[in-house]
Amino acid sequence: MLDIERLREDFPILHQRVNGHRLVYLDSAATTQKPRAVIDALVNYYETSNANIHRGIHTLAQRATEQYEDTRAKVARFIGASNPEDVVFTRNTTESINLVAHSWGDRFIGEGDEIVISQMEHHSNIVPWQLLAARAGAAVRFASLTPDGHLDVDSLRALIGPRTKLVSLMHMSNVLGTINPVAEFAEMAHRAGALFLLDAAQSVPHLPFDVRATGADFVAFSAHKMLGPTGVGVLWAREGLLEEMDPFMGGGDMIATVREEASTWAEVPHKFEAGTPNIADVIALGAAIEYLEALGMDEVRRHEVALTAYAMDTLERIPGLAIHGPRDPEERGGVVSFEVPGVHPHDMATIADGHGVAIRAGHHCAQLLMRQLRVPATSRASFSVYNGEDDIAPLVEAIEHARKVFA
Amino acid sequence: MAELFDDLYRELILDHYRRPRNHGELPDAPIRVEGVNPVCGDEIHLDLKVADGAIADIGFWGHGCSISQSSASMLTERLKGRPLDEAGRVTKKVRAMLIDGELPDSELGDLEALEGVARLPVRVKCALLCWNVLEQGLAEAATTA
Ligand SMILES: Cc1ncc(COP(=O)(O)O)c(C=O)c1O
Repeated sequence: MLDIERLREDFPILHQRVNGHRLVYLDSAATTQKPRAVIDALVNYYETSNANIHRGIHTLAQRATEQYEDTRAKVARFIGASNPEDVVFTRNTTESINLVAHSWGDRFIGEGDEIVISQMEHHSNIVPWQLLAARAGAAVRFASLTPDGHLDVDSLRALIGPRTKLVSLMHMSNVLGTINPVAEFAEMAHRAGALFLLDAAQSVPHLPFDVRATGADFVAFSAHKMLGPTGVGVLWAREGLLEEMDPFMGGGDMIATVREEASTWAEVPHKFEAGTPNIADVIALGAAIEYLEALGMDEVRRHEVALTAYAMDTLERIPGLAIHGPRDPEERGGVVSFEVPGVHPHDMATIADGHGVAIRAGHHCAQLLMRQLRVPATSRASFSVYNGEDDIAPLVEAIEHARKVFA
Repeated sequence: MAELFDDLYRELILDHYRRPRNHGELPDAPIRVEGVNPVCGDEIHLDLKVADGAIADIGFWGHGCSISQSSASMLTERLKGRPLDEAGRVTKKVRAMLIDGELPDSELGDLEALEGVARLPVRVKCALLCWNVLEQGLAEAATTA
């Protein structure tokens, strides 16, 4: 079991009062807070190792390069990938997906081809494909949802066909919490000869993740949602795929030789990391991974399932309150979107803030999903390792307060 | 701090939210303007009839939080039947109150209830949405007049 009291000591930001109350941070699906170890890694890098990487001969440059490449190996280990060279550092999940849309998509997607996604997706797994489809004369098809907030497997199966070149789906919904049976989806894609991209922005941070078990060809996620710093994303690609792809951006660090007639590209993954990368934050991601590994991802998952079950039970006792998504906490992550009758989510979030409770209100970058749910917005509480059952009572108090104001 | 939030949700605001005035489309309105807040999805539509340099009739509809909807309801109540130049002036004074934190001008009337919003910057855009939409409508009225 995670010792939440002790663990909270590791997160300096949590020890403050907001609007006169203990800060209760329930917005980890947007971004998580950072443990001291991650903050220290940033400071330590700048104080002891700061240098530009890869081409340097001097000691600091070697040290910085080692730490940066070391994190690549940690990332690979963390997601069960065998080759660190299949890990590309980007800015975030969004950039990872856009990289695939350009470097793979512009080469392999043509007129009449189809890209299959779903109505559950985050905008970052919708818009890059719409842009690609417009460039290539291809089409984007959307799998629908079941009433209980699962991806409708039959609709997905019906959409995947001979024209399908790519299936791109999320692992865990940032609104419904739904965990998708992605290995099954990957198999459906592969049977049709298509590739499978997995948006793992919400899953890698919260559950034991084994890239081989997912069957994915591409995996995208963000450091800032897994206790790491902002400004770093990961793209993992199945061995050999990166070699077949064109560069994403051109510039320093990504070339082998530059001549007037043409240039040649560096080996992967460097071919996809043009310019000076976000060295400090990549290194700090390494510290975040070590922190999560020390907790144990099985423990993290167990903790969040138990907390989600407790939160759902408690919230459902509030008259009229409705929770979106699957009922079974085992089928979802630590994300609870809810409706309080008569209270708009923005008003809910403002009143919660008055209680020191940080929740998110809005469309959560999932407007297609909002349309399916027939709501303009939802209120969302989301959890991470530092949340405990004592964070639920202040949320309930805030909801009761909002109900009184809008009665 | 509690006062900050109580001041936001004044009874008058809640009353306009629960019982919006001039709510619904004006079937044959020559001026129809709308605005969306892309960040939060709040939506306001204003339908206007202008005659003799005044807002002869006005209706609003849309969806969103209490602040965006009550602001629109109060807007219609304050400006229905009023001259266009007064509408322009009131819009400026609402902005001054919400954005610059100026004390409410007496010409604002009940709109003064929105004063508490100025102290919560993230909600100012909610209150302003309908006023931005009104400005589009006034601009349209000026070109078609
Ligand atoms: C499921 C999912 N995909 C993608 C993203 C985009 O992540 P980023 O903003 O870090 O690129 C998010 C972030 O909210 C997300 O929840």
